[in-house]
Amino acid sequence: METAPKPGSDVPPKKDRPQAKRKKPRRYWEEETTPTAAGASPGRPRKQKNREPRPQKSKSAPIQKKPRFSRKPQVLKKPQEWKSPGPQRSLSGAQDPFAGPAPVPVEVVRKFRRIDKSKKLPPSKSKAQSRLEAAEAEEEEISVKAARSELLLAEEPGFLEGEDGEDTARIRQADIVEAVDIASAAKHFDLNLRQFGPYRLNYSRTGRHLALGGRRGHVAALDWVTKKLMCEINVMEAVRDIRFLHSEALLAVAQNRWLHIYDNQGIELHCVRRCDRITRLEFLPFHFLLATASETGFLTYLDVSVGKIVAALNARAGRLDVMTQNPYNAVVHLGHSNGTVSLWSPAMKEPLAKILCHRGGVRAVAVDPTGTHMATSGLDHQLKIFDLRGTFQPLSARTLPQGAGHLAFSQRGLLAAGLGDVVNIWAGSGAASGPSLERPYLTHRLAGHVHGLQFCPFEDVLGVGHSGGVTSMLVPGAAEPNFDGLESNPYRSRKQRQEWEVKALLEKVPAELICLDPRALAEVDVVSLEQEKKERIERLGYDPEAKAPFQPKPKQKGRSSTASLVKRKKKVMDEEHRDKVRQSLKQQQQQKQEKAKPTGARPSALDRFVR
Amino acid sequence: MSGSRAAESLLALSQQEELEDLPKDDSLSSSEDEGDSDGERKHQKLLEAISSLDGKNRQKLAERSEASLKVSEFNVSSEGSGEKLVLSDLLKPIKTSSSVAAVKKQLTRVKSKKTVELPLHREEIERARTPLEQEIFNLLHKNKQPVTDPLLTPVEKASLKAMSLEEAKMRRAELQRARALQSYYEARARREKKIKSKKYHKVLKKGKAKQALKDFEKLRKVNPAAALEELEKLEKARMMERMSLKHQNSGKWAKSKAIMARYDLEARQAMQEQLARNKELTQKIQRASESEEEEEGAGEEGEPLVPDVVNEVQAKVNGPNPWMFRNQSSDATEPEIQEDPDEGAEPAGHEASESEDEEGPVAEEDILLKEFEERRSLRQKSGLSGPVGSPETKDSSSQEVLSELRALAQKLNKENHRSGRQEVSAARTGTILEVQRDEPAEEQEEPLLLQRPERAQTLDELEKLGREGCLQNKELPRAAVEGQRLKTNPNNHLGAIPKEKKRKEQMIDLQNLLTTKSPSVKSLAVPTTVEELEDEEERDQRQMIKEAFAGDDVIRDFLKEKREAVEASKPKDVDLTLPGWGEWGGVGLKPSAKKRRRFLIKTPEGPPRKDKNLPNVILSEQRNIHAAAHQVRVLPYPFTHHQQFERTIQTPIGSTWNTQRAFQKLTAPKVVTKPGHIIKPITAEDVGYRSSSRSDLSVVQRNPKRLSIRHKKQLKQNSVD
Repeated sequence: METAPKPGSDVPPKKDRPQAKRKKPRRYWEEETTPTAAGASPGRPRKQKNREPRPQKSKSAPIQKKPRFSRKPQVLKKPQEWKSPGPQRSLSGAQDPFAGPAPVPVEVVRKFRRIDKSKKLPPSKSKAQSRLEAAEAEEEEISVKAARSELLLAEEPGFLEGEDGEDTARIRQADIVEAVDIASAAKHFDLNLRQFGPYRLNYSRTGRHLALGGRRGHVAALDWVTKKLMCEINVMEAVRDIRFLHSEALLAVAQNRWLHIYDNQGIELHCVRRCDRITRLEFLPFHFLLATASETGFLTYLDVSVGKIVAALNARAGRLDVMTQNPYNAVVHLGHSNGTVSLWSPAMKEPLAKILCHRGGVRAVAVDPTGTHMATSGLDHQLKIFDLRGTFQPLSARTLPQGAGHLAFSQRGLLAAGLGDVVNIWAGSGAASGPSLERPYLTHRLAGHVHGLQFCPFEDVLGVGHSGGVTSMLVPGAAEPNFDGLESNPYRSRKQRQEWEVKALLEKVPAELICLDPRALAEVDVVSLEQEKKERIERLGYDPEAKAPFQPKPKQKGRSSTASLVKRKKKVMDEEHRDKVRQSLKQQQQQKQEKAKPTGARPSALDRFVR
Repeated sequence: MSGSRAAESLLALSQQEELEDLPKDDSLSSSEDEGDSDGERKHQKLLEAISSLDGKNRQKLAERSEASLKVSEFNVSSEGSGEKLVLSDLLKPIKTSSSVAAVKKQLTRVKSKKTVELPLHREEIERARTPLEQEIFNLLHKNKQPVTDPLLTPVEKASLKAMSLEEAKMRRAELQRARALQSYYEARARREKKIKSKKYHKVLKKGKAKQALKDFEKLRKVNPAAALEELEKLEKARMMERMSLKHQNSGKWAKSKAIMARYDLEARQAMQEQLARNKELTQKIQRASESEEEEEGAGEEGEPLVPDVVNEVQAKVNGPNPWMFRNQSSDATEPEIQEDPDEGAEPAGHEASESEDEEGPVAEEDILLKEFEERRSLRQKSGLSGPVGSPETKDSSSQEVLSELRALAQKLNKENHRSGRQEVSAARTGTILEVQRDEPAEEQEEPLLLQRPERAQTLDELEKLGREGCLQNKELPRAAVEGQRLKTNPNNHLGAIPKEKKRKEQMIDLQNLLTTKSPSVKSLAVPTTVEELEDEEERDQRQMIKEAFAGDDVIRDFLKEKREAVEASKPKDVDLTLPGWGEWGGVGLKPSAKKRRRFLIKTPEGPPRKDKNLPNVILSEQRNIHAAAHQVRVLPYPFTHHQQFERTIQTPIGSTWNTQRAFQKLTAPKVVTKPGHIIKPITAEDVGYRSSSRSDLSVVQRNPKRLSIRHKKQLKQNSVD
């Protein structure tokens, strides 16, 4: 199971979906869109400024994928429902030029496929076979449906594009602000808060609210879009980290001594004394777990829905102050001073994996939302990107003039790094491929040293907490442009939030299900299956699933004599044996062929002398 | 014998004080004289004398030859009866009477008691038989040592007689003073012993030690032989200590302290002190003759010569840390290392910091910093000669990473084939030369790297290194693993040797890692803001940090950890050998290899570890049992293999992962009933039985007229369903 769905991309906003109608409207979009797409194609109309930051919320954003539909008219043939039933005659006698359901490109469908058909299955009986076929057909249908609803994802990400030879990293924030519309420009702001020290910050899951925590006790929560302050207090104690819980109504603050939980009025609700000397906080939204890393070396999971501590794990690696979560599988990554990154789940007492990443200590870790890449930076001034899909090998590495103290991934896979008082952002060719560290996409210098970094969800904004306050940067193309209205809706009302909260609590995932590969939960527990099978055989004294030995049928007219019975039995036995021999011979031949292949070169007459 | 007796008697005679002893002897001799009259008796006597010559003094029974009135009871013989005469027989009257019986009983009781042994005759004591005895006897008597009256010897008596009264008084006073002084001294010692102040005792001990040292020095100058003897004594003390284990923590006191030590700091210290003392005492002391050459060189070497008291003080200066003792021995090697700092700067630094322990951590840091400075300057010098600029630094960093990985590879290799190790070490020197020839600039850049134990150790590794180098020169972009593999393959044709390829296949994963882990080759394309920052100073700092972290070997620690994890996850063999069963057992005796082999149950090797080919990763092999509780553990009916079943449950059905329509379709119930719809109980017809379906149908068929429209509709619906 997947604890973290890709917001928006998989799931269309369900509320916004138009109800399915009986009558299919005529589709003229294929002809229409091409001119509009060309008209609004990136950067062409404004020639005086070639770099055009495309604010992702612009309602007139064109859908670039549409032309691709027409370009690749490869249509799935299988589902009979939308198989074109032939030219239909209407009352007027005109023929529908686009009869039947709209074609769906195979590529898009492939994105939603779940079953890998290339994997061979062991031969099955007819009953099982029919079930399998049914399941496959269902899956295909569903993926086609999902592909079809991609259409509803109206927004599209855009990037800064430099003139040929122009470096996007040289574009300053001021330039971007000047170029974008007023609404987007308002998203860039600076809060000068020099009094209460370096700031940590956290955006709520909907991306609407921002919580600030100054080292010297300043805690504030605000609706950063409207700039409406929700609460502002001074806790009169050092604040190490701050984090929203499942909704913006609750706020966890790691203070000098204990963990405190405030509501959005700034009223202290709880003081969790079992979590003391916390340095970093992480919230796992689907499990309702607040993961805390402490100075004492403990990683503690607190279930905020019931207020119980689920697990307290001793990392045995001294002080913990580098922590992040993998949004894909909710595994917590801890960075240690011996250059390793360890992966933890509350169900296991020992780390799921330990990866040696750096020669010096690890300073920062970040995992991208798809859970495929992990970026680490160490005291050896290296920034590395690791592949998290099983191999844990470094994909790319780069030495930075100053090591990166903070790292953050955006929803679309941009990587931000805080180097002293400079923020560097790297972009990749796509969300699936990791960021390429060749040249930075954007850079920005701040008023003070960076202390906290986070990309705002669903907004092209990077929040940076530093010693001089908080800065909200514009980073075109950082966030997912389409949000799931049911899952995390930035515009939701209070009532909607309450509704969502109940649903989320009902769908809470148990903490013990956190593991490296969440898909493994959909597999049969082979170990206990075998064990049970063995026990059953032991209990019964025979294997009930074993093939019964051949018993010849009784025949009449004296043909069922003992001798003939034995003969028939022997015949079957011999046949089986021959089958076996044939198979083994075939295998041997195959092996021989495989061996013979790699030699490649023409056999020489002199080969016979080679010993 | 008789001669000696004669001499004795002579001596005895000479002493007037012992005259009284003699008469017995005389009487004996006189009784002998009596019997001389008869010839026959003479003969008897002779026989007696001869028989007594053998040294044993036998009491011969005198033979009664004439009747007399007086019959001595001692002379009654039982010769005629042929058996031993018993006293009780004598008491026996001819007629038994009751009164005598009581007496008899008494007699037997007396007899059963052991006779009291009388003290021997004085003469018997004084008889000196052996030459030693004689000598002693002589000595005693020469000095006129009083034997009977031990108050004053004759000599003393004479001297007393010779002294005047005043002299005697003076002497007595002297003696009295001496006695008083002694008692005072004893009292003081007792008092001092009772003092509880540790410091006082410490000071006292110190003073004593100093004194002893001084004395010893003096003695050595004056009398080397005596000093040697003293040393021997020390050695003996050491041996005794080793034998007795007196200062080990095994004594009663030590045990009590050990219990206290957990709570009491002083007790802990005391224990440590004792241990240190044990260490000292059991330490081998250098012989003076051996250490004489060294004495001129170092003053410290003279230390072992001094007595252990002094050693103890020395130990206190150093602290009880046993490691400090090593310091002295390593001092000798230190200067050599410092002569060529290029080669072994790091170990030298270590030692220096160790020896200058007293200077504190600040000094240590200074030293380290200085070293770093030195190395950096060296590197810069070499950098001037070599390629200048950012690519150079890049190269160095990549080299470092390479060396790391080479180390990793080597470690793995070692695990794989331990047997080839000697050969490798033999080839080591050659390989180093090779490295120098291949890339002299880099070698100069990183003397430290080469100094590490994990340098290129085999020739094939070197080849790989060379290949790496050429790869870097070409500046091939490296992005992903897959791409890398593709790129290296065409590159291979440079040195396209099939053998090489074979080797590559063997080490494919490591090679893979090597290529992926190196940083991107292109020069730093840093944007303006960052470029401003990056000046020389910055680079210097970076270098410094890199060097600072070069010391702690993260990789080795990680490999060690991984090895431990692998060991821990391996299934353990079950050893069922009973030591001592069927053969001799006891401390230090092991069951024979044959027996162990026979009773060792080997567990089958589990599946290979997931991180077998990933040198930088430890993956936990533990099963998540909490998650397993939620997994399917029974294969449902039509499926015969779990993979088949898994395929049917692979698609998620939740609304989070599906569109609304798909979700609805996936979760739609199989049977939908409208509210208010009557659900009839199941009939055989529904299930598909024909035979028993008659009952229901028959009702319908018998009176079809009675069926209303509604019923008809229902029937129709049923059949449709």
